[in-house]
Amino acid sequence: MDIQVRPIYKTIVIALLVIGAVAMCIPFIWMILSSFKPESEVTSLTPSFWPQEPTMHNFTRLFTEMNFLQYLKNTLVIVFFSFIGLFLNAAAGYAFAKFNFPGKNVLYYLVLGTMMIPSQVTMIPVYLILNEMHLTNTMAGIVLPGMVNAFGIFLFRQFMTSIPNDLIEASRLDGAGEIRTFFQLVIPIAKPIFAVQGILTFIGGWNSFLWPLIVANDESLYTLSVGLSLLKGQYGGDFAIQMAGASFMVIPILIIFIFAQRHIIEGYTISGMK
Amino acid sequence: MQKAWQSLAKHRYPYLFIAPTLIILFIFSFIPILVAVFISFTNMDLAGLANWSNIKFNGADNFVQLFGDAVFRKSMFNTLIYVVVGVPLVVLLSMAIAILINQGTSWLFKTFRVIYYMPSITNIVAVAVIWGYLYNSQYGLINQMLGFFGFDPVRWLQGPTIAKFSLIIMAVWKAIGLNMIIFLAALQGIPRTYYEAAQIDGASRWQQLTKITVPLLGFATFFVSITTLIGWIQFFEEPLVMTKGDPLNGTTSMALFIYNTGFQRSDFGYAAAGSIVLFAIIIVVTIIQFKVRKKDSDVEY
Repeated sequence: MDIQVRPIYKTIVIALLVIGAVAMCIPFIWMILSSFKPESEVTSLTPSFWPQEPTMHNFTRLFTEMNFLQYLKNTLVIVFFSFIGLFLNAAAGYAFAKFNFPGKNVLYYLVLGTMMIPSQVTMIPVYLILNEMHLTNTMAGIVLPGMVNAFGIFLFRQFMTSIPNDLIEASRLDGAGEIRTFFQLVIPIAKPIFAVQGILTFIGGWNSFLWPLIVANDESLYTLSVGLSLLKGQYGGDFAIQMAGASFMVIPILIIFIFAQRHIIEGYTISGMK
Repeated sequence: MQKAWQSLAKHRYPYLFIAPTLIILFIFSFIPILVAVFISFTNMDLAGLANWSNIKFNGADNFVQLFGDAVFRKSMFNTLIYVVVGVPLVVLLSMAIAILINQGTSWLFKTFRVIYYMPSITNIVAVAVIWGYLYNSQYGLINQMLGFFGFDPVRWLQGPTIAKFSLIIMAVWKAIGLNMIIFLAALQGIPRTYYEAAQIDGASRWQQLTKITVPLLGFATFFVSITTLIGWIQFFEEPLVMTKGDPLNGTTSMALFIYNTGFQRSDFGYAAAGSIVLFAIIIVVTIIQFKVRKKDSDVEY
């Protein structure tokens, strides 16, 4: 929307946006700078902007004093299973889009219905169910409940309805089984939406907090975010190591995001306005 | 029966494709609702968990007790504050920023988009850790900057009332990005010709804004308002990680109350009752929003 504007107008717009952008960024900038400062600087009453004595010590402490390596492994395991869930969502979306079977509509609306349920209502019952299944304090218990979600199924179905039926028919006529058709034809066609969903799945898995917190009793099952909250509790006054922990969680996501942001923002645009 | 099996065999592939997701959703989304409703009428707790015969029906006792519970009432009040203050802030700010960013398409404006969206994808614990440091009364950046301008330090997280507002500021910071994107998408859909026609007619920028842009954002505003409202009624992770409901339950939200009751005190039945009340509130509020929306007709030109 670049209408003919007087330069002064655009300058005001940019000025406002810059002020806002600074307010948005300051927490991140401060986080990064503080994570390289020794504790004495971080809790000084007259802090300087740049680290006077930059140090990597806070980061190494994450691995020596806290168990961040284990947390990282657990987090990556969760991300891996989230991707499996992504494929399950895609398969379901494909089935709802391209097949006709008894109960299709009822089942689809039920699936969509699950989106309406606030997580507060299911939080405790799911824990009780996991308990009965003897899955508390296990990785399976952490991963299973959130592995698939209705919104993902919805997005895939929306996208896949636009795949021409002829292509699928051709594949079948060529003798490919349904599963081969799905993997060799449908998934490659759905690459754009896989890209968007993939990035969001990674971010979601990396950030997963509440469910690991509830289900895991052993520290060995904690994820990065649970570990970080543990850090906040144990090292309440040591802001340097807290900032290092926060940086460790945030910076990979920021980097991924900056490179992939075009896909994410466009993905939200497409899906949000349907 | 024969027909059912035949049907199953004939449609085995689509059923196969949807089976895993449906099973998972069934176990972890449907059954839980039934369980929640069921146990909200019982005294389910750890003893009940160990041995089901320990579970006793106590009718509507849980619900009656909830409304007499001072902590629960406080959590309702806190949640009301969060919603009444936070939701309009989020909607207005994300709309305003979207309108501003929509004024340009250069790399600068693309960068703005990224910057304003970044907090949205940041992990809530990391956000809480960062803001916990910013808000610290002695060493926090915010008080340092206030001191630089000659103001007294503010005890951001130490007072029951101010802590709520500190949490709101942090949550608004995090929420702007996502809703800004929704508004941006809606703004792209407003035809340029409207603005050009208005300019020819001599309309000022302000008039263009109020008479064209804002009304045509009607649906987006509704969508953002409703999703933000439903989200903030469930305000949970911010107080959980930042303040744990302190001081004096001044920041405890309804969702946090449910969590504490269920997972700290293992009072599952009571907590489930609380969650049903929360669910009911969400439903009522959503219905009201839809009714209000129906009253205003869609703006079409």
